[in-house]
Amino acid sequence: MTNTATVNVTTPTDREVVMSRFFDAPRELVWEAWTNPRYVRQWLLGPEGWTMPVCEIDLRPGGSWHYVWRKADGAEMAMTGSYLEVAPPERLVSTEKWGPEWPETVNTLVLTESGGRTTTTLAIAYPSREARDAALKTGMTDGTERSFARLDALLDTLG
Amino acid sequence: MRTLHFGHITPDRLDATFAALADPTRRAILARLASGQASVTELAEPFAMSQPAISKHLKVLERAGLVSRGRDAQRRPRRLEARPLAEANAWLEHYRQLWEGNFQRLDVLLEELKTQQQHRGHTKRGDRP
Repeated sequence: MTNTATVNVTTPTDREVVMSRFFDAPRELVWEAWTNPRYVRQWLLGPEGWTMPVCEIDLRPGGSWHYVWRKADGAEMAMTGSYLEVAPPERLVSTEKWGPEWPETVNTLVLTESGGRTTTTLAIAYPSREARDAALKTGMTDGTERSFARLDALLDTLG
Repeated sequence: MRTLHFGHITPDRLDATFAALADPTRRAILARLASGQASVTELAEPFAMSQPAISKHLKVLERAGLVSRGRDAQRRPRRLEARPLAEANAWLEHYRQLWEGNFQRLDVLLEELKTQQQHRGHTKRGDRP
């Protein structure tokens, strides 16, 4: 069977959205690609035309992270958070916030390996359904490019 | 701030669709209507809810254009309107594809990292545990 890895999205609860994806690499490498700024800025870019000039990762419990994306026309978006659990190469729990008006989410990344291949599962949890709906409402009327990573709020409603 | 453009769909319309979908009872009603039209009484049956409560949910679904009323004046059967759902789904697909774009870049990066690691394995075999 050929490897046709595509992202799978499920909504196990009212407050959660779970994305999973299979990668043809051992999990140490996948972990490295998700947590080393040198690599993160190479792939976590969203739509065409965006770069990631700021990618700061202080990978320890209590440590913080800060991402900034920029487009040639000057548009910018930023995201910050902190790490709650850091257990390489299998589990990373962090908070994520787009700005003061956004609800903070708790994101749990789990990497499982089988035969040198890795399944990554990212569970995004909102503090409440109301918070999720508020995020949804803003995300819906905001710009397409700016909100690419707000995917979670939107997908959550199709459960 | 840019406005969302996705064909002719307005953000308000998507707002209404997603807000309507954000409730498990309303999703269950839509799932029921997907297998054929039904009266309010029929729709209320599987739920531990009064008919007025179901009617309230139906109003939300009707306002979002997801449900319409049939011609039969007595039963007033509700039926599913597929178009807004298809539009919402297409819009979500757009976002899913953006993530898939990220992950495909990650695939390429991982291939590079694997090659580098294999290379290191050859040159520094003795150092590996």
